[in-house]
Amino acid sequence: MGEMRGLEPISSKADVVVIGGGVVGCAIARELSRYRLDVVLLEQAPDVATGTSKANSGILHAGFDCEPGTWKARLNVRGAALYAEIAEGLGIPRREIGSLVVAHSDADLATCESLLARGRENGVAGLEIWGADRLRAHEPSISADVAGALWAPTAAVVCPFLATVGFGENAIRNGAKIHTECGVTGLVTAGGRIVAVETTRGRIEARFVVNAAGVHAADVARLAGDDSFTIHPRRGEYILFDRSTGALARSVLFPTPSKVSKGILVSPTVHGNIFIGPNAADVDELDDVETTAPGLDEIISGARKIVPDLPLQNAITEFAGLRAAAGKDFIIGESPIVKGLVHAAGIQSPGLTSAPAIGEAIAEILADLGLKLTPDPTFVPVNPHRPKFTEQTPVEQMARIAADPLAGRVICRCETITEAEIVAAIRAPCGARTIDGVKRRVRAGAGRCQGGFCGPRVTAILARELGIPVTAVRKETLESWLFYARAGLEIREDIDA
Amino acid sequence: MRDATYDVVTIGGGPAGMAAALAARQAGADRVLIIERDRELGGILQQCIHNGFGLRKFKEELTGPGYADRYIEMVGAAGIDVWLDSTVLAAEAGGRITCVGPTTGLATVEAKAVVHSMGCRERTRGAIRIPGSRPAGVFTAGAAQRMVNMEGYLPGRDVVIIGSGDIGLIMARRMTLEGARVRAVFEIMPYSNGLTRNIVQCLEDFGIPLYLSHCVVAVHGHDRVTGVTVAEVDADLHVKPGTEFDLPCDCVLLSVGLIPENELGRAIGVSTDRITSGAVVDQFRQTSKPGFFAAGNVLHVHDLVDLVSNEAEIAGRSAALFAKGVFGEATHERAVIAGEGLRQVVPQRLSTLEKGKNAIRFFFRSKAPMGPSIIALKTEDGIVWDRKLRVVKPSEMIVADIPVNRFAKASHIEFVLTLDEHPEPLEGAVEEEDA
Ligand SMILES: Cc1cc2nc3c(=O)[nH]c(=O)nc-3n(C[C@H](O)[C@H](O)[C@H](O)COP(=O)(O)OP(=O)(O)OC[C@H]3O[C@@H](n4cnc5c(N)ncnc54)[C@H](O)[C@@H]3O)c2cc1C
Repeated sequence: MGEMRGLEPISSKADVVVIGGGVVGCAIARELSRYRLDVVLLEQAPDVATGTSKANSGILHAGFDCEPGTWKARLNVRGAALYAEIAEGLGIPRREIGSLVVAHSDADLATCESLLARGRENGVAGLEIWGADRLRAHEPSISADVAGALWAPTAAVVCPFLATVGFGENAIRNGAKIHTECGVTGLVTAGGRIVAVETTRGRIEARFVVNAAGVHAADVARLAGDDSFTIHPRRGEYILFDRSTGALARSVLFPTPSKVSKGILVSPTVHGNIFIGPNAADVDELDDVETTAPGLDEIISGARKIVPDLPLQNAITEFAGLRAAAGKDFIIGESPIVKGLVHAAGIQSPGLTSAPAIGEAIAEILADLGLKLTPDPTFVPVNPHRPKFTEQTPVEQMARIAADPLAGRVICRCETITEAEIVAAIRAPCGARTIDGVKRRVRAGAGRCQGGFCGPRVTAILARELGIPVTAVRKETLESWLFYARAGLEIREDIDA
Repeated sequence: MRDATYDVVTIGGGPAGMAAALAARQAGADRVLIIERDRELGGILQQCIHNGFGLRKFKEELTGPGYADRYIEMVGAAGIDVWLDSTVLAAEAGGRITCVGPTTGLATVEAKAVVHSMGCRERTRGAIRIPGSRPAGVFTAGAAQRMVNMEGYLPGRDVVIIGSGDIGLIMARRMTLEGARVRAVFEIMPYSNGLTRNIVQCLEDFGIPLYLSHCVVAVHGHDRVTGVTVAEVDADLHVKPGTEFDLPCDCVLLSVGLIPENELGRAIGVSTDRITSGAVVDQFRQTSKPGFFAAGNVLHVHDLVDLVSNEAEIAGRSAALFAKGVFGEATHERAVIAGEGLRQVVPQRLSTLEKGKNAIRFFFRSKAPMGPSIIALKTEDGIVWDRKLRVVKPSEMIVADIPVNRFAKASHIEFVLTLDEHPEPLEGAVEEEDA
């Protein structure tokens, strides 16, 4: 039996409250945890990264398509450079695989040329225009009718979920608190300045509040009477393929962009799967992440323009994410209406890439607003390395099993994930609380059977580790319970893993 | 690290692995090992607590665990080693197997012959692209079955089932018996995909409607499933506009097909059959890799466990003979073709025929449901064998033991399934009926 892991009581005051446990909020909390500050992050869901940060393309954009002079241009390039430095230490899987903007015509090639010029202005290194032959040699599955491409060697892929968790865990290790299942319901102001935050779990006094609430950021601003911006959710759908399809693309393959989006792409994930998507459709609801048949058809036909022969029979899942569309640029800075309320809002693409740089920018802004930033000499910039069992040598594996027999029990057979890895993911700071949380941290259930085999076992492990009945185990959201007790049966809390 | 040497190792301790191990012992293999990742032998049988198992093999109607127990006892009595809670990470050509378990640690085993008997997995929602949201309450039928029958929890109270595969049908009955409401089963094809007996005993007996040519076009709900949208499809399986309707439910169970769990085979480059997704084998169940045999659902998905056991006996015996050097690498010299009307045939190859063997057993599935039909073997000499079938369904395997003398010298071996123009009333069923 693991120790009981109920919800810890929340803090009653803080120097800074960060609202939203997406990649932006977690990166901000992590950046602020460098300083001698009480930092509290509030997330309404049972886990971090349940919003946009779990459902996006996972690309660290090179930075050639942002308009020079914008926050986006500046933070993209800086963010991409920061990941190169810190990802490994934070346990964020990252692979620098480069990206290609694929041109089908002379007009497309002209667009590539102008992207190249823009990229140089933004300070992006290594950009080149490739001819069709070079492109085909690099990407054997690419469509026969390509004309060339823009090559950006610094583009990389990351696991966006683990990026969020990596920042979150490091923030906690450096003294920040992350309260989950803690929705912000009110912002208290006095004399035009923030003084406290009201939540579903109580009130926290704070003179500085950072709004990183993703698609909900405008609602959060309105809680303080700030209606300076609005957010329109714009949905993007994806199809993810099994790892056996990994040879389909070596680099991120973009179509030549249109005015509204970067288009439907074909790309490897950091874990070696292939995905296609996203499309772009405005939706009404802030939680509408339904996939649709026409939407999936749209991304299939879009992706076929780049890679005609898609292995549709190897699809393992479909999902959608919401862009927090607000305006042309990120909204970063103090509220024009309420003092002490700082927005990191409207963070669309390249928000994932920019996140660590947004953290730096917010810290600077808070300092300008009078928050004292004293470096904390005990700050540790890295998380402990938690090696994957499959990536260890036989000698290491043997030693690990000798120390912990659970390291020898494979729970997820598709991805070869051991019970020890699942337990560690639950027990870590910013640990998993749900089935999806386990799946996204260690990939148990992320393979071709999508948890058909390991789902019941992971459920049992979560119940045991969290000290809760099986009937209280959730899939992802607050009330997403998975199982009911069988009629006439006592709840058994001790089912086998 | 534990190291060991065996004549025959079966990877997977379900009905196929157990029957293969037993047959290997009976054929004279001295050292036989079963490696199983679960905590007990029996595989999927352990969660199939309904009856209908063993009618052919034991001439008795057993439950899944009952059938498994018979074999577990025989395995115990036969001096076969069993490693439980152990997962095979790799089984390399040449027979070096690496496996891992909490008690065995990391172990390597040298095997003279290996039988792949890893079973199958369920096709998922993602694989068939059902749009909508992704709330809790969507399960594959087999995972739900394990939760209900082995762990004692219910996946829902108000259930819609997608696909008419056997596990889905069995779960329709199980959930009803557990007090849940089962609203309907939706099948996209114009015919059902389960055994007739299951349609009758699991749906009709409980008044659960089966909608053919219908598919679920969306799953709804944020936290938990709140309902589905269903539509009728046309002959090309496209949704007929205007036929959509909503159905409330809190649980969706998927029974949309099984896929051989053949990753270990693929990893060493065993040739695979695009249709079955299992290995290409000869009549001895030897794959294209010398010393690697396959049987049961990892080879092709069966409807009846009794037939799995039979097939595994062939593989186990052959593995033992291979280990002893009685016969060698598969020659796979003649292809067996699934011609007109047939979707698949196993074995897909014939190697040099064994002396003294009178008949070889072939397994087929048809492409579509058909009325009275004839299955025939065509060689360069024309039709050399045929048999009448009363009725044919893709979901019900056709099994035929064909006398070797009919095709011993043939170079072209092709089976065809055609409509029977002159059906006669049949005296006793000659086709393999579901028991
Ligand atoms: C389809 C798509 C593709 C993308 N691809 C890329 C890409 O390839 N590269 C890239 O750099 N960027 C990409 N992006 C952008 C990137 O995903 C986002 O910029 C980033 O994830 C935004 O993170 P966030 O923390 O602002 O939002 P979120 O991840 O949505 O986090 C906000 C959090 O706030 C919480 N919250 C909201 N209201 C409250 C409240 N009242 N109380 C408590 N908590 C609250 C929410 O529950 C949520 O967890 C893509 C976006 C989309 C939609």
